[in-house]
Formats: sequence, C-alpha cells, structure tokens
Amino acid sequence: MNRDRKNSESILSTANNLRWEIGENFHDTLMESIYSNASSISKRSVSLPAEKETVSWEKTLDKILTSRYTGFPIMFLILAVVFWLTIEGANVPSGLIASFLLDTVYPLLKSFSAGIGLPFWLDGVLIDGAYLAMAWVISVMLPPMMIFFPIFTLLEDFGYLPRVSFNMDSIYKKVGAHGKQSLTMAMGFGCNAAGVIATRVIDSPRERLIAIITNNFSLCNGRWPTQILIATIFIGAAVPAYVAGIVSAAAVVLIAVLGVVFSLLVSWGLSKSVLKGEASAFSLELPPYRPPRILQTLYTSLIDRTIFVLWRAIVFAVPAGIVIWLVANVTIDGESLANIYINWVNPFAFILGMNGVIFLAYIIAIPANEIVIPTILMLTVANLGLAGVGAGNGVIFELDSISGTANILIAGGWTLLTGINLMLFSLLHNPCSTTIYTIYKETKSMKWTLVSTFLPIVMGLIVAFFVTQIWRLIASN
Amino acid sequence: MTRKINSNNCETCPVHNAGNLKRLGIDMSSFDFVVALAGNPNTGKSTVFNNLTGLKQHTGNWPGKTVTRAEGGFEYSNSRFKLVDLPGTYSLLSTSTDEEVARDFILFGQPDVTVVVVDATRLERNLNLALQILEITDRVVICLNLMDEAERHQIKIDERMLSKDLGIPVIPTVARYNKGMNELLNSIYEVATGKYVCKPYRIKSSSKELNYAVEKLSKMLLEEFPNLPNVKWVALRLLEGDQSVIDSIKNGELGRIYSTDQNKSELEQAV
Repeated sequence: MNRDRKNSESILSTANNLRWEIGENFHDTLMESIYSNASSISKRSVSLPAEKETVSWEKTLDKILTSRYTGFPIMFLILAVVFWLTIEGANVPSGLIASFLLDTVYPLLKSFSAGIGLPFWLDGVLIDGAYLAMAWVISVMLPPMMIFFPIFTLLEDFGYLPRVSFNMDSIYKKVGAHGKQSLTMAMGFGCNAAGVIATRVIDSPRERLIAIITNNFSLCNGRWPTQILIATIFIGAAVPAYVAGIVSAAAVVLIAVLGVVFSLLVSWGLSKSVLKGEASAFSLELPPYRPPRILQTLYTSLIDRTIFVLWRAIVFAVPAGIVIWLVANVTIDGESLANIYINWVNPFAFILGMNGVIFLAYIIAIPANEIVIPTILMLTVANLGLAGVGAGNGVIFELDSISGTANILIAGGWTLLTGINLMLFSLLHNPCSTTIYTIYKETKSMKWTLVSTFLPIVMGLIVAFFVTQIWRLIASN
Repeated sequence: MTRKINSNNCETCPVHNAGNLKRLGIDMSSFDFVVALAGNPNTGKSTVFNNLTGLKQHTGNWPGKTVTRAEGGFEYSNSRFKLVDLPGTYSLLSTSTDEEVARDFILFGQPDVTVVVVDATRLERNLNLALQILEITDRVVICLNLMDEAERHQIKIDERMLSKDLGIPVIPTVARYNKGMNELLNSIYEVATGKYVCKPYRIKSSSKELNYAVEKLSKMLLEEFPNLPNVKWVALRLLEGDQSVIDSIKNGELGRIYSTDQNKSELEQAV
C-alpha cells in the first residue's frame, strides 16, 4: 500500500513538473490538434454541394426572428396568438366536461354515499372535498392545457425557443448574468424544477446561482392555467366582449414578460451586490429548424405535460380538498379555523388588494401551484357560508364552467383589482415545494434556498401594495 | 444520398433476423451490457434513447435538453442492455457540471459500448467530441444521425471511409423517423460482444513538448496501472490538472476499476 501511494505521488509530481515545461498554451495546443485531426478526417469522407448555397429560407427566417427590430415584436405576437387560441378554444370543452362531472357524476356519487349510509363527515371529505376539487381541476384546467401545451411543444420542436433565447442572450449578459440563463429561463416556462436542474449547463457557480434564484420568475406549467383563467374572468370581463379574448391573451403575455423583466432586474441586483462578477462568454448554437412531427408532439405534450400537470393537480388537490374541508369545519368557539385565519389576515390583505382567502390558499397550495385556484374557490365558498348540496362548509357548488367560477369569485368580493393582484402574486411568490427541494439539492445551501423562496414573496407583496395603492388613488379621483 | 438507409431489409440479412428488439423501458434488472449515449447537444440523442428503450423522455429541438443522466433498458439478440443517455456536450475538456457527468461516466462507469450520436450536417465539429471519447474508450459506435437533413443540404458522407478512418462502426440513421435503428443495434451488439474489434483513431499532436510529456507520464502510469486502456488520455487529464482524475489516482480508484480479476486479488492482498 505504501509503495502504491509513493508511486501515485511521483506520478502526480511528475505531472506537475511537466505541466510547467509544456507551458500555458498547452490547452490550446491540444484543442488545435483535436480540431485539425477532426477536420482532416471529415474532409476525407464528406462532400459538400458543389455550388455555393443560395440564400435558404432558414437563414431568411433566422434574420427576421432574431433581428434587433422584428425579433421582440414577433415574439410577443406569437405568444399572444398562442394564448388567444387557448382562451378562445377552452370555453366550450370546459363547460361540457364540467356539466358531465358535476351535473351527472356528482349527484350519482351523493346518492350512492347516502345509499350506503356514509357518515356526513366522510361524505363531506371525500365527495364534497376531494371529488369536487378534482372535478374542478379537470374541467377548468384540462381544456386550456390541451390547447396550450401542444402548441407550445410544436414551437419548441420547430426550433423557435432557442431563437427567443438568442434574442434575450445579450440582455442577460448586460445585467451580469450568463447568456445561457436565457435557456434555463425558457425551460422554466415549462417547469421551474426542471429549469433549476437545467442551470447545470452554466459552469460559473456565481452565474448559476443567479440563474437558480431567478428561475421562479418564469411562469411554469402550474401557473399558466391560473393566469389564463383569471385573465379570462376579470380582464376579459372588463372590456367589450368582441375584444375580450385578445385583451385577456395580451394580459397573460404581459405577466409573462413582466416575469422576464423581474428576472433581469433581480439578476442585475444580485450581480451588482452579493454575487458580484463579470459575465462569462459563451456561444449559443442555433439549432436548425425541423418540421415538427404533429402527431408525436400531440402525444408527448399530452403525456409529458398535460397529464403530468393534471395528475399533479389531482394528487395534490385531494389532500388539499381534505385540508380545506377540515379548516372549514373544525371550529373554535363556533368559528372555523379558516375563518379565524382569514379574518385575521384580511386587513393586511386589503392593503395589498387581495383577501385572506388568497393568502390561506397559497399556504395550502405550497406543494403545487396547480391547485391555487381550486383552493381559493373552495375557501371562498366556505368563507361565504354558501351551503353545498346536502353538506356543510368546504363545498364547491353550482360550478358548471368558467362563468360559474367567475360567479363564486365575484360573490366572494373579488374585483378587477383582486384579479390583477392575484395574477401578479401568482407570478411573484414562493416556488412550489418540489422546486424548493430541487434548489436545495442543486445549491446544497440552506441560505440560497431561503433566498430563492422568500425573495419572490417579498417582491410580490411590494408590487401588489403599490399596484393597489396607485389603483385606489386613481379610482378615488 | 445514393444509399437508402432503411431499405426493406432482405430476409436473409442477419440484421433483419436478429432484429428482435425488445424495449424494456425502465426495467433494467440483470443487464449484460452497459451502453452510454454521448454526443453534441441537439443531435437527437434523446430520440435515439427513446427509440431503443421505448421510453418517452421529453425531446426538444433545443440544446441542453438533457443535463442529467437518463437510464433505460432494452433487449436485443437475447442480451439485456442498459442504456445511459448522457448530457450533450461539445467537448469533455471543460469544467461545467454537464460535461463532468458525461466524462466521469465514460471514464469511471466503464460502459461496454459508447454510442456517439453525431450530426451529419456538422460532422467536422461533432468529430471533436468523438475523437475525445475515442481517447477514453476503444469501444465506440458512431451513430451518424440527421441523415435526412444532410440529404436536404446535399451533403454526402462516405460512412465507410469514415468508419475506416476512425476504426469503429459508423451507422447512418434518421432517429426521428426510426431509420437505421436495427443497424445501430446490431453494431452495438457486435462491439459489446467483441465480434467487432475497434481499432480507434488516436489524436495526433504536432507539439513535440506535448508528445514528450504525454509519453513520459503514460509510461509511469502504465507501470502503476498496467491495465489502463486509455493511458494517453489520463496523462493528458493529469497535465490539465483534472481534479477527479488526480483524486482517482490518489485513492487508487483508477487502478481498481481497470484491474483484471488477478490484479484485484493482488490488490486485496496488499490491503
């Protein structure tokens, strides 16, 4: 063993000495020889087309999509069209599914449970809590996802997203972050946990940390449906019906863009303060455009995204439904736990243009952003004391579609301002628990995990505060 | 392209007869061979991975889709293979985490076969990585992917010449449309079982100082680790100051993973 160690050490020390002898440019020499070897091999077997390539449509398209002048407008336009299609297209199937699950299946379940004599609390927890939450998630979230995710995946497969990153790259460099952060940001539009893992492509620890902390500003799969729904209900309702779709779509785009702006601001702030340093250079390869394979894309986006998100929503909605039923029905001095908390937070929430229900919902929904809206609905119903069919608090009722959802929220005292603030807060709040755990695993630092968790909440509260105060100032005049 | 990739294989062709691919998904119990899947970003590694394993790992037209290892299994010609999809990298010489994952797996994970997926439309650039991998391991199969795009751009590739120059099998494929997968499987099988013996191309450097340093270190390394197949590459990494290689020499791991059974027992005695 001793002999072994001695030999190992002599190998290492020889390596050290030799490193000095061959000099600093050794790495370059090595790379050069690899390149020249690769070049001579490929020359022997590759024959390129004889005549110079004429201007191809790919190059023309790249010029337009990544141009300084047309790049960004086209990006906003494409996003807006995608959301518009989603919002306009989701209404009809949403109503159909809801009427099936709520008007047909729900009474069947209720009469079945009455038939076998389930105790009222079990009936409440299972059917009014868990089943209704699930039914809501499916009817309101499934249709928009089935439209949005395939279109988004088609854009991705075609090769558009890297062009978006290309457009963003120089801006990220300007704020002292790594250009590749534009890639991880785009990944975050799918899932923040995936986006955080994707930051592994960034080799500087400083820039990687910035990318991790700011990834949450990319709206994720779990939050798109919330944004789309609230925009439809409140923003769409505030304008004439014939422009409702377009205006709500524009509002969602605005929120997404705002997220990018916040990620730039925070990156800039971090790189000028606690995470000081220069941006490192890198090269981004624009992949070739590839004709998307429509059927396969539909299939994978359905499996990978729609079903995945829906499944997560259902899995978390069931326990959340139970928790909601419990906080709405367990009482202290005749007052339910939910009401006690909501009444306690309400004055504070009012300053921020929201309400106690939203804050309670965000606590219950930490495991998954997908269930924020169902939680809010159930809590609103419980808080209003609207009795459901045959059971007590914590029940969603008369919820047949998006308009049914709107009625409940409006009955809960929601206004356009509440809607806007919820959209902002949905953008700026803590990441879901999966993402928080991923951040901890990737950074191995409790400190940075806490920063990534609480920084967005603080920002969300501040933004909501100012929006509300300015709104009320204008409204009172 | 003069040669069609996936002409309906004649029934007499061994590829056709042995082409009994059984996708095992994530069932990776008791596999016979480990196959690593390496390549530049956005060359279709994940698509090849999905084709072979039947898994539906999300693919995207997107560099950097895979940053961690994904694993799956398949059965071919009565042998069970574990397939490991490595992060796409341009080289194995830098320090980012994704490159380390790929490099460490090829070096320490000792795959039986490493499939390098290369973009046929950018062969020269993709060969940089392939050549680096050939320095680490002999048993490599080149999957010359995206042949349809090459065809569209009127790029012709003589895959036999390439195979001869590199000393390893080169299989033209269009993974997106499942073309050439049988031929690829057959090559993987042949290299894994030793039916095809690779004679890998090694990088030639014109720098005298570098060649001298590599030679000197290689000699010392071979004395210490007589079974090291990639001694020149380890020497290069040492010159570069690669910490994971330095550590593996310090703690003897490098010797352990490449020792034959005989050496293993000697090592055990020494301990």
